[in-house]
Amino acid sequence: MTAAVKVKGARRTGVDWFLLFLRVLLIGLIAIGLLAFIAQQIDPNNWFARLTHDGEAASRLSWPQFRGLIVTGLSQGAMYGLIALGYSMVYGVLGFINFAHGEVFMVGAFTGFIMSNKFDEAGWWDGPIFIPVILITILVSTLVATATAVIMERVAYRPLRGSPRLIPLITSIGVSFFIQNAVILLFGPGAKGYPPNPDWLEETIPVVGIEVKKLLVIVVAAISMAGLWYFVERTKTGKAMRAVAEDKEIASLMGIDVNKTIVTTFAVGGAMAGIAGILWGILFKSVIATTGFLPGIKAFTAAVVGGVGNLGGAMAGGVSLGSAEALAPLMLLEPLGVEGPSQLRDAVVFTLLILVLLVKPTGLFGERLSSEDRA
Amino acid sequence: MSNATKTPILEFRNINTHYGAVHILKDVNLAIYPGEMVCLLGGNASGKSTTLKTLLGMVTPTTGEVVLDGEVVNDKPTSYRVERGITMVPENRRLFKRLSVGENLQLGAYLRNDKDGIKNDLERIYDMFPRVKERLTQKAGTLSGGEQQMVAMGRALMASPRVLLMDEPSMGLAPALVQTNFELIQQIHEEGIAIFMVEQNANMALSIADRGWVLQTGKVVLDDTADALLQNPDLRKSYLGEA
Repeated sequence: MTAAVKVKGARRTGVDWFLLFLRVLLIGLIAIGLLAFIAQQIDPNNWFARLTHDGEAASRLSWPQFRGLIVTGLSQGAMYGLIALGYSMVYGVLGFINFAHGEVFMVGAFTGFIMSNKFDEAGWWDGPIFIPVILITILVSTLVATATAVIMERVAYRPLRGSPRLIPLITSIGVSFFIQNAVILLFGPGAKGYPPNPDWLEETIPVVGIEVKKLLVIVVAAISMAGLWYFVERTKTGKAMRAVAEDKEIASLMGIDVNKTIVTTFAVGGAMAGIAGILWGILFKSVIATTGFLPGIKAFTAAVVGGVGNLGGAMAGGVSLGSAEALAPLMLLEPLGVEGPSQLRDAVVFTLLILVLLVKPTGLFGERLSSEDRA
Repeated sequence: MSNATKTPILEFRNINTHYGAVHILKDVNLAIYPGEMVCLLGGNASGKSTTLKTLLGMVTPTTGEVVLDGEVVNDKPTSYRVERGITMVPENRRLFKRLSVGENLQLGAYLRNDKDGIKNDLERIYDMFPRVKERLTQKAGTLSGGEQQMVAMGRALMASPRVLLMDEPSMGLAPALVQTNFELIQQIHEEGIAIFMVEQNANMALSIADRGWVLQTGKVVLDDTADALLQNPDLRKSYLGEA
């Protein structure tokens, strides 16, 4: 009680004022941007639009454009969410951020590249049996990504179990460089292209106006997430996993094999990243050794935004981040008169991270953990 | 009840343990027989926790033998010992607070595969603690202290133990709850489960136990029946606060 009273009564320092200023600035900008967007949707030639667009009228965002942005946002967000799950689960169980997790995603995308090209040479990729072929590709990519994550745990992290949390964190950055460079060594530094998708995948569903491939990405991601949710919440292994995340000593007292459970956690997180990798390949059709970096960092951001350690939060964080990335340039930045707003998508993501950390440091769905819980 | 004719379930034979260079347990001998209630008394840093950890296989003794049903289990993991009938109710309960009460109970039976047996034990626990049944879907961290104690005991019972280790059952509980708690322990004991209780509250523990040991800086200094220990002038002086 006294502590809370003290904090309230304490004098605000310069830093506090600065943080308050940042909060007000960011929230204010979002509010003004949204209002300006609504205003120019109603009347593109209003005074604010003329002010921000050098005296000319702004352009309205049409419904098909808007719909397109939402679908793009959701499909990207679904991938971020899938990757974010791995960050969140490993953090939950071991208490450190595995920065090499983005590379697991990249390995999945690379395996997809190899598989799809092999299938393409055989003439199966663009043929009538595309569905089973893509399922096999997803399966193999998932397995390879899972294996990568498991080996990573065994070789790099298990020997460091019990050391201060900063040590595996730094190691994970090293592992990340190692995998990137190993891939460059094996496949060269250039971009690797996926074969062209079958025509029907590039088409748009007539009435709803959704691209088939984006729908595929969203559906596969949703199924994977549902599967993971079932695994963690309903199965015995999933319960063991949550028990280990909370208290390793007592979990082993229940007879749970803690090491095995940690390996399972890495495997499941790796599988999700592998699925995200192949979906990335289908969506963007190219992969390079550094492909894992930016999506990895964004997924990490998604995990933090959702509340790290919280699986529902990771998914929600991913989807909201992807949507924000797609929508904010045209819904917030363009009405404010920013030039080339689409170039600022990455900035949007990290600004959102800063905003969440300023307003709700535990993330959207995070619980406040006492140091005792996290020890 | 003569112990001479029975074999102990759990036994320490000349156990020595070290943390690094520090000698913790010094030639400790203990024996717990089926169905009895025994207690280990001792102050802070007397080696009580180490004794429990050694029994459960979380600490490996440097010399001596931990014997479970006549089998030396020094190098066997915790899960092996839990499967063969030792479980602990940890100090401060240590429930999985973010898991539901039901999940906590299920995890207690983690190593068991006999579905019917698990179901029966669940029913038995519901009978014993009707309050627990009412709160099955609630997160364990939201329960009151007394309810959490019931869940902790229920969770341990779900492993279908023959020996239940109780680490400081009166720790961190309100006085009224301590009383209830010891009644629960007695109730469990009446079901034929042997109880090995580690306590600082000597009065309370000795009032329900059959036998007891007193541990001091890693050595067993007293080993007697509960009644004799209650009468022991040294013990009265150091633990029961009498001058």
